[in-house]
Amino acid sequence: MGTKMNWQRWLMIAPAVVFFAVFALFPMLMAVYYSGLQWNGISSAKWVGLANWGSVFRSGDALHALRLTAEVMVLSWVVQTPISLLVGVFLAGRQRHRAVFGVFYFVPLLFSSVAIGVTWSYILNPNFGLLDALLKSLHIGNGNQNWLGNTHLALLVVTLIIAWQFIPFHSLLYQGGAKQIPDSLYEAATIDGANVWNTFFSITLPQLKYTLITSSVLVLTGSLTYFDLIYVLTDGGPGDATTVLAMDMYKQAFVNQNIGLGSVLAVILAVAGVILSILTLRFTGFSRMESQLEGM
Amino acid sequence: MLKRPKVVLSAGVTVALTASALVTGCGNASGGSNSSSGASGTSGKSSITIWDIQTGASQKVVQDMSNDFNKSHPDIQSTVQFFENDPYKQKIQIAMGAHNPPDIFTGWGGGVLKSYIDAGDVYDLTSDLKADPSWANRFLPSVMKPVTFDGKIYGVPNDNVQPVMMFYNKQVFQQYHLTPPKTWDDLLNDVKVFKAHGIAPISLGGKDQWPDLMYEEYLVDRIGGPQVFNNVLAGKKNAWSDPAFLKANTMIQQLVNAGAFEQGFSSVSSNQGEDAALLYTGKAAMELMGSWGFATILSDDKSFIDQGNLGFMTFPTVPGGKGNPNDIVGNPSNYYSISNDSKNKKAAVTFLKDAVLNDQNVKEWISIGDVPPVQGIESELKQATYGDYLSFTYDMVKDAPNFQASWDQALPPSEAQELLTDLSKLFLNQMTPQQFSDDMNQHMQS
Repeated sequence: MGTKMNWQRWLMIAPAVVFFAVFALFPMLMAVYYSGLQWNGISSAKWVGLANWGSVFRSGDALHALRLTAEVMVLSWVVQTPISLLVGVFLAGRQRHRAVFGVFYFVPLLFSSVAIGVTWSYILNPNFGLLDALLKSLHIGNGNQNWLGNTHLALLVVTLIIAWQFIPFHSLLYQGGAKQIPDSLYEAATIDGANVWNTFFSITLPQLKYTLITSSVLVLTGSLTYFDLIYVLTDGGPGDATTVLAMDMYKQAFVNQNIGLGSVLAVILAVAGVILSILTLRFTGFSRMESQLEGM
Repeated sequence: MLKRPKVVLSAGVTVALTASALVTGCGNASGGSNSSSGASGTSGKSSITIWDIQTGASQKVVQDMSNDFNKSHPDIQSTVQFFENDPYKQKIQIAMGAHNPPDIFTGWGGGVLKSYIDAGDVYDLTSDLKADPSWANRFLPSVMKPVTFDGKIYGVPNDNVQPVMMFYNKQVFQQYHLTPPKTWDDLLNDVKVFKAHGIAPISLGGKDQWPDLMYEEYLVDRIGGPQVFNNVLAGKKNAWSDPAFLKANTMIQQLVNAGAFEQGFSSVSSNQGEDAALLYTGKAAMELMGSWGFATILSDDKSFIDQGNLGFMTFPTVPGGKGNPNDIVGNPSNYYSISNDSKNKKAAVTFLKDAVLNDQNVKEWISIGDVPPVQGIESELKQATYGDYLSFTYDMVKDAPNFQASWDQALPPSEAQELLTDLSKLFLNQMTPQQFSDDMNQHMQS
């Protein structure tokens, strides 16, 4: 922090600063500017000041989208974090054949979101779908569940599919983190007579604290802007049951040709993302970067 | 919006026609072209660029049209560039904004074209059409509405008509001794019988939302006539509260609550042909779809059509309704318009006049199973493969006092999107007809 800035240092950080300005700062400021325009992207724009902001907060649609986004965020964290943690720790073990398991767990991450969306929409199809046929042959339910077309179910189903896609990635983070934990800690625990649960909660979990934080920030900010899979699976429907903020932003700006309203939502998204990361880092002490291996 | 699948009906005919292309093309070229291009100067060839979105067999028809034109008009070089449907919409929007559009661009008329016209980007064709009555009278009158604003014409049709009609599975109807419904009450009655036998009465691709709109468009026209929606287009206050909307939406929910649509219709996709699959597999009895539904079934299950199992009829009448039962809805056509930034407007007009939907071009469209909106082609259509279907489509358009362009094309984009979302909620019983009208009124004002 107290580093003195001489010209060599300025030169070294110049590329990063330039990239940040061109690809993050400038577009963000432009979005703020656009948010004050009444503009369809074709004809000349008209400056309307805060009118777009007013209409976003007055209309129920944006608030509805905001609520759905919050739901996706919480659900994603609750579903993805425990599973990723367990899978990651399991894969970090030294027993045989785990690498083989690892390959299978890793597969969803290799597919594009569009391919995943199309495949799952086939599986969940209410008339020809695999899942309903399976359930029917097992005599579970009536085999007529409308997974993505039911307004009460669609968002949950979408969130679960997102989890299916991203759990491998987060498992990978936890696997890497768990492999870094020195064996000596576990050896000491064994000598002290700790069982599997004690070791997990007293050694593995605390040692993975920063991995957990990194992964959580990624889950939370990622679900804030999640778009492509939802676009393919439901296109925001049925009705507007899965129109999250990012979907609403896309529709306002590019389908409705209302760049101003879309930009308002973009600014809200950006600000929410920044606040979210700052809060997570603050409350978890990540920024202080304390060592977890003191005395080792 | 609408998906436009294309299928080659008879490739053999196309080959034969291409062989004769040169002769016919030359015959058509006499007249206006030489004089108009002469005015653009003696400095040599003027070149024009056309942006289009046709694919497959249709793309070949357009390419042939351009090639023939270049042969018969040595002083003009036309070049067609083809784009994917959805990226095209953004590409043309950006090109217009940057004042760097092609000379001729394709579109669907309606609200989107209007926004370009308002920005001063589109050339007014009215005086050119007036100067040549034979050109102006080439087209069926009902398809010119989407490119006509305040009495001025900004485009000419360039491909085929796509009215919305009711397809049905003849086998299933025979099996339960039912006749295709002529009136709304017939429809409700058939729905009851099919439902009782475990067959989905009507197949609906509700995930894509635009199939919902077809019911709304037809019912509102049947009940209140074209004026009801024209009031909306004209921006009249509380136009969405017209009793016709309330009644149509009540009838839609009546249909939904009677179980008329298949299980899980809100996640069935028409873009992926799932609704058509229900029809030709006998899981559903009827499907309200644009005329491209025929091509979808033809490519997915040709034998279903060849065995004569596919029936088609007009949308049922509504007793006591004000609308003419011959009115239709759908996509009147795609249209070519000339951009105001074009440096070769005269050459572009010549192209529209001499190449687009000339005799040869019309023959080629028919040969791939399309129905161009051109006067006096009844006998040609009858002789073509699947002539009964093509003639049915043509007569629907020719006899229609009003051909309502799909509302989501006619309305400004944001209102169209709100309409589709609200309709989808109406079909899910998440919204009452009264709430629908109130919400749409509110969106029209803002």
